[in-house]
Amino acid sequence: MAALRAGKTNNEADQPSSPVLRFGPDKPLKLDAGTLLSPFQIAYQTYGTLNDARSNAILVCHALTGDQHVASTNPVTGKPGWWEVLIGPGKIIDTNRFFVICSNVIGGCLGSTGPASTNPATGKPYGLDLPIITIRDMVRAQQMLIDHFGIEQLFCVLGGSMGGMQVLEWASSYPERVFSALPIATGARHSSQNIAFHEVGRQAVMADPDWHGGKYFEHGKRPEKGLAVARMAAHITYLSEAALHRKFGRNLQDRDHLTFGFDADFQIESYLRHQGMTFVDRFDANSYLYMTRSMDYFDLAADHGGRLADAFAGTRTRFCLVSFTSDWLFPTEESRSIVHALNAAGASVSFVEIETDRGHDAFLLDEPELFAAINGFIGSAARARGLAS
Amino acid sequence: MSVNGNQRVDLEVVANLIPPQSRVLDVGSGDGSLLELLQDTKQVDGRGLELSQRGVNECVARGLSVIQGDADKDLEFYPDKGFDFVVLSQTLQATRNPKLVLDELLRIGDRAIVSFPNFGHWRVRLSLFVKGRMPVTADLPYSWYDTPNIHFCTIRDFVNLCEELGATVEKATALDAAGQKIGLSMPWWFWNFFGQQAVFLLKR
Repeated sequence: MAALRAGKTNNEADQPSSPVLRFGPDKPLKLDAGTLLSPFQIAYQTYGTLNDARSNAILVCHALTGDQHVASTNPVTGKPGWWEVLIGPGKIIDTNRFFVICSNVIGGCLGSTGPASTNPATGKPYGLDLPIITIRDMVRAQQMLIDHFGIEQLFCVLGGSMGGMQVLEWASSYPERVFSALPIATGARHSSQNIAFHEVGRQAVMADPDWHGGKYFEHGKRPEKGLAVARMAAHITYLSEAALHRKFGRNLQDRDHLTFGFDADFQIESYLRHQGMTFVDRFDANSYLYMTRSMDYFDLAADHGGRLADAFAGTRTRFCLVSFTSDWLFPTEESRSIVHALNAAGASVSFVEIETDRGHDAFLLDEPELFAAINGFIGSAARARGLAS
Repeated sequence: MSVNGNQRVDLEVVANLIPPQSRVLDVGSGDGSLLELLQDTKQVDGRGLELSQRGVNECVARGLSVIQGDADKDLEFYPDKGFDFVVLSQTLQATRNPKLVLDELLRIGDRAIVSFPNFGHWRVRLSLFVKGRMPVTADLPYSWYDTPNIHFCTIRDFVNLCEELGATVEKATALDAAGQKIGLSMPWWFWNFFGQQAVFLLKR
């Protein structure tokens, strides 16, 4: 069963069921690690139609374990796209009006080159032979995809969490190509506490004997237990104490009494185990290592002499930042420091903090105030860009 | 942060001081009324700073560039002369350090526009003089113990503060209880007595 699932993920890694753009030896991807990735490929999805002026394109950047299937059924899980509450025909981000692009990041496992992809030099999956991928590498690759579409300037780049980091990187590295930027529940750097949680997750994966130093595919195995534990720990950080207590309290799972054992007595235990188990069905363990590392390495101010404002010097991009009151992974202060830097750079910036107890994951949920803010921001940006409503 | 939301007769006076296409920062932008007015009638490049999260969210939902922040704390993050006009409308009296805030406005903006309720108005004086009570009026509806307005001043006080900060008063307008402009030729004491609100255009 494990091998079967491994095979399935591996197929999606090399031959994704979404469109894929392949770059040959003539177009390598320059990596921050100091090497070139070549050949490489980007798997992506698009929704809506690019207008003649090519001015209505919106790039959606996905989070840590997200993928390109933002507004259509996920081929691995069979579930709806991860942001279908927001994006689609007649939705807040209306695909009748905008051309929405979402690509799997480099280092991912759903069709863009990542550790589960076949290394052409060996004919086996890259595993840990893939160089470390940074947020900037992901954005550099996305830029090559945008070039492919002949889009000079994206109308909007948006995303939450790790997606928000990509949005900030886009606005900083390619300011003239970003008309408006919407980073949600994110930060300009990963905090020490966040790196700590990621390290716990990575150690859990690597402690699983089935990990085999990253060469598990060659052994016909996958480090499912380790990856599940990593996901369980991470999942707690995506919620809030209040939301956990509201949903689960100390409720028992399918029983009336404590069993005086280590079975999942509590609903929260059962819930986390389920989260861990379903995650390993859709995600590659090595990719999880690479994704978490990319966030850990992200520090936009450090890339600009320690002054975040310099990352946005002279920018004409319109920004809107959103944070959530109960998000302890990327607390409001992280957004506020970005706002202060943007103020210092004289940028046009809006900033809303949404009152919710749903924690970091609130950005993926049906949050009316979030949608009102996005709607207002996109609407005014579209008017400024001269896009018909 | 505009703490007298129902009494915004000063908005039009403020708007008339701002030429089209200016870069404007509205400190204490409330529900965005002034910014929206300025964007619609003057096509300004407008930004806002607002203390209440509810106000900010309303503004952003209306398509305005507004951030949550505190005039006492967050003005330091704006660059020198980043705006043509910085507006502080009905908010000065609610700041912890009005002198510092005014100083920051003059640093950030080429010009500053400040409007405030005049505590030298005859009704206020009468209340204190006759009743011996802190005044509670239609446009200052709070009791002393729950008012956000912690630093009231009179028009004369404000003129003195401007002198202290080296700011030139380029234009000043006093509005009476009916929101009508008081004649320009009147002396300061007259404005200070009959003006319910004042709007100042300052430069340094």
